[in-house]
Amino acid sequence: MDFRFTPEEEAFRQELRSWLRENVPPNWEGVFLEEEVEEWKQGLAFVRKLAEKGWVAPAWPKEYGGMEASPALQLAYNEEMGYQRAPIGSIVQSVGYIGPAILFFGTEEQKRQHLPPVTAGETVWCQGYSEPEAGSDLASLKTRAVKDGDDYVINGDKTWTSNAHRSDWCILLARTDPAAPKHKGISFFLVDMKSPGITVQPVMNMANVHSFNQVFFEDVRVPKSALLGQENQGWYIAAMTLDFERSSLVAMAVSMAKRALDDLVGYCRETRVKGKSLLASPLVRHKLAEMAIEIEVGKYMVYRVVSLQARMEPGSIEAAVCKLYNTELDVRVANTGLEILGLYGQLHKDSKWTQLMGRFQKSYMYAIAMVVGGGSSEIQRNIIAMRGLGLPRG
Amino acid sequence: MDLGLSEEQELLKGFVRDFLEKECPETRVREMEEDERGYKPEFWRMMAAQGWQGMIIPQQYGGTGMTFTDLIVLLEEFGRALVPGPFISTVVLGAIPILQAGTEEQKQAFLPKIAAGELIMTLALTEPSARWDADGVAMPARAEGDSFVLSGTKLFVPDAHVSDCMLVAARTKESANPEDGITLFLVDSKSAGIQFTALKTIAADKQCEVAFNEVRVPKANVLGEVDKGWPIIRGVKSKAAVAACAYMVGLAQMDFDITLEYAKQRIQFGRPIGSFQAIQHKFADMIIDVDGSRFITYKAAWALQENEPDAEMLVSMAKAWCNEAARRVVAHGQQIHGGIGFTKDYKIELYFRRQKWMELMWGDADYHRELVADKLAI
Ligand SMILES: Cc1cc2nc3c(=O)[nH]c(=O)nc-3n(C[C@H](O)[C@H](O)[C@H](O)COP(=O)(O)OP(=O)(O)OC[C@H]3O[C@@H](n4cnc5c(N)ncnc54)[C@H](O)[C@@H]3O)c2cc1C
Repeated sequence: MDFRFTPEEEAFRQELRSWLRENVPPNWEGVFLEEEVEEWKQGLAFVRKLAEKGWVAPAWPKEYGGMEASPALQLAYNEEMGYQRAPIGSIVQSVGYIGPAILFFGTEEQKRQHLPPVTAGETVWCQGYSEPEAGSDLASLKTRAVKDGDDYVINGDKTWTSNAHRSDWCILLARTDPAAPKHKGISFFLVDMKSPGITVQPVMNMANVHSFNQVFFEDVRVPKSALLGQENQGWYIAAMTLDFERSSLVAMAVSMAKRALDDLVGYCRETRVKGKSLLASPLVRHKLAEMAIEIEVGKYMVYRVVSLQARMEPGSIEAAVCKLYNTELDVRVANTGLEILGLYGQLHKDSKWTQLMGRFQKSYMYAIAMVVGGGSSEIQRNIIAMRGLGLPRG
Repeated sequence: MDLGLSEEQELLKGFVRDFLEKECPETRVREMEEDERGYKPEFWRMMAAQGWQGMIIPQQYGGTGMTFTDLIVLLEEFGRALVPGPFISTVVLGAIPILQAGTEEQKQAFLPKIAAGELIMTLALTEPSARWDADGVAMPARAEGDSFVLSGTKLFVPDAHVSDCMLVAARTKESANPEDGITLFLVDSKSAGIQFTALKTIAADKQCEVAFNEVRVPKANVLGEVDKGWPIIRGVKSKAAVAACAYMVGLAQMDFDITLEYAKQRIQFGRPIGSFQAIQHKFADMIIDVDGSRFITYKAAWALQENEPDAEMLVSMAKAWCNEAARRVVAHGQQIHGGIGFTKDYKIELYFRRQKWMELMWGDADYHRELVADKLAI
C-alpha cells in the first residue's frame, strides 16, 4: 500500500505540467473532445507539438514512438493532461485503445504501418462498431465482410461514428461468418477511410455540434492486410479494446472533474451573496464537499486499476466499476456546477454574461453521453453482475 | 504507486481471517451482544498472543512495531468478522495517544501492558452535548494541590466499564478558543467517584455513561501538557475515524459476500433471484460502494502514516464516504434478503445494526463534509 509516485514519475509530471501550461491554447474551453472546426485544427496542431516531445503515447514501445512508460507514469500523464484540459480529442481513441489492440493482435507489418503515424500526430482514427440495430447488443451487428480472392468486400451501415468525417482510418467490426453464433462470426478490420464506397453523413448532436456521423459502406474493397487478428476473432478483440477504452479515458476524466471542482470553488470564493462569499453558504459548502469526496473516491478507483496493471494481475471488472462510477460521477459534477451557478449556469460560452466559460453547461450535456457511450451504465452493471460476480443470466 | 497489499500484509490478512473464522464465529458475536462485558478474556488473551494489541507499539515497549496501515488491514478483517470488544478502544484510543504524547515513564507504564493484553483502555471524550469538536469538552477539572479534580458526565464512551484506565478529556481553562484549555488525564478506572452505566445501543456494543464525582487525579497523570490536550485528541480522532472506516469496509464486504451467496441460492419464480436484473444492478452498486470505501480508506490511512499535509482532509473524505456507502450496502443487503433479513436468527441483521454504530462513531457524514468544506475554503 503505497500512494507515492517515484521521483522520476514526479519529475515527469512537473515537466509535463509546465509544458502544458505553455502549450495548451489560451482560454481553451476543453470540456469534451474539441469538436468544432476551429478547435479541431488547434487540437491537431497541439498534438503535433506533443509528438515533437515524444509524448503522444507514453505507454507504447519506443520503436513505435512511445516511451515504454510504466502504468504509474502513464497515470501521472493522464492526470496532468486531464487537469490541464489538453486538446487531444484527435488521438484519445487511437492512443487509448486502437493502438493497444494493434500492438496486441497486429502483425509486425500492421504495427509498423499504423503506429508510428499515430505517435507522430499524423493520423486520426474512428471507431465503427455501432449500427442502427446494434447498440448495446453490439454482437448482433449486420455489416458484412465477404471474402473475395485476397480481399474482403464490406457492406453495411455504421452509426454514432465520432470523428468519421475527419478520420484517416477506421476500426470496423463486420460479420464474416453469418452461420456462426453471433459472437463467433465477427471480424475486426482496419479500414482506410479513403476507400471507394464509403460515405460519411453528419449527425448533429444535442449540443448542436457535428461530432458523430452515420457511415455507409457500399462494396468497399479492403485487402487481406486489413484484417486484425484472426478471422472471426473480432468479438474477442473488441471486448478487450472496450476494457482498454474504459480505463484509459477515465483517468483523464477524474482529473478534469477535479479541475472543474477547483474552478467552482474559485467561483464561489469570489461570488458574494448578501455580502457574504458563497463559500459561507451551508448548502453550497455541502455540495462542494460532497463533490470533492466523490471525486477523490473515483481517483483511487483509477489508481486501483493502474495498480493491477502494474502488477500484471488480470483485472476482471475493475475497469467496468471504474468507468461506471466515474461517468455517473461526471453527471453529478456537472449538475452540481449548474446548481451553484444558478441562472448563469444555462449560458453558452459565447454569451458575454457567461461564467466559467460555460463549461458546466456543456459538460451537463456531454456527461450524459458518457453514461451511454463505451457501454452504457446498465451494460456495465450487467457485466459486473454476470461476468464479475457470476450471477446467472436472466 | 501501488494500492495492493504488501506480501506481509497479505499474509497477515489471510492469517487474521482464518483465525477469526475459527475463534470469532457468529455465535460468539451474538453471545457478546448479551454479555455484560462485551468481550471474553480468553479471546482477548489469544489476540494478545498473536501480538495484535501490540501491533503498532514499537518493540522497545513490547510490541511488534508494525505500521498504521498494517493495523488497518487487521481492522478490515475485524469488521468482516464483527469482532466485539475493546480492541479499537485500547489500541487506537489508548496506545496511540500515549505513544504520541506520553512521557517515557508513561510509555513504560502502559504500552508493554497493552501489548501483553493486560490492560484495557478507552478515551472519554464526548459528553451529553454529543459533539466531536472542542466545544464538546465542557467537563471541568480543577487543580487542587498536586491533583486535579474531575466532576461531570462523559457519554458514549466505548468499553469504559471494562477498562483499566481511561484517557479523559476535561476543561482546565475557559478561553475564547475552545481548543485551548483542554487537558488529557490518564485516569484509573477504579478511582473513587467514578460510576459506569452501560448504554443500550442499536449494535449492542458497549458504550457507557461515565459519571465523575470529585474524582482525584494526580498531576503526574496528565498526558501531554496541561491545557494543550486538543491537538493530541485531534490526532486520535483522525486515527479512530479511519479505524472505523476500515471496520466498515470489512463489514460491508462481508455483507456483500453473504448477500451474493444468498442471491445465487434463493429461488423465486423458478429461478435464482440473482438472475433478476433489478437485483444484479444492486450488486454492481454495492461493489462500487465497497471498493470505493476500501481505497479511500487506504489512502487516508497511508496519508496519516506518512504525515501527508492533506491527511486530515482525506480522513474526513474517507469517513463521510464510508459512512454513507456502507449504509447503502447494508440496506441493499437487507432488501435482497427479503423477510429473513429482518429476523433475529439470521446473520445479515448483525451487519445492518453494526454499520450504524460505526457510521456514528467519530463523526457522521455531515460532520465530516463540513470539515472537508472548511479545508476546501482555505
Ligand atoms: C457521444 C457518443 C459517441 C459515440 N461514439 C461512437 C463511435 O465513435 N463509434 C461507435 O461505434 N459508437 C459510438 N457511440 C455509440 C455507443 O456505443 C452506443 O450509443 C451505445 O453502445 C448504446 O447503444 P444505443 O445507442 O443503440 O442504445 P441501446 O442499446 O438501444 O440502449 C438504450 C437503453 O437501453 C438500455 N439497455 C440496452 N440493453 C440493455 C440490457 N441488456 N440491460 C439493461 N439495459 C439495457 C441501455 O442501457 C440504454 O439505457 C457513441 C455514443 C455517444 C453517446
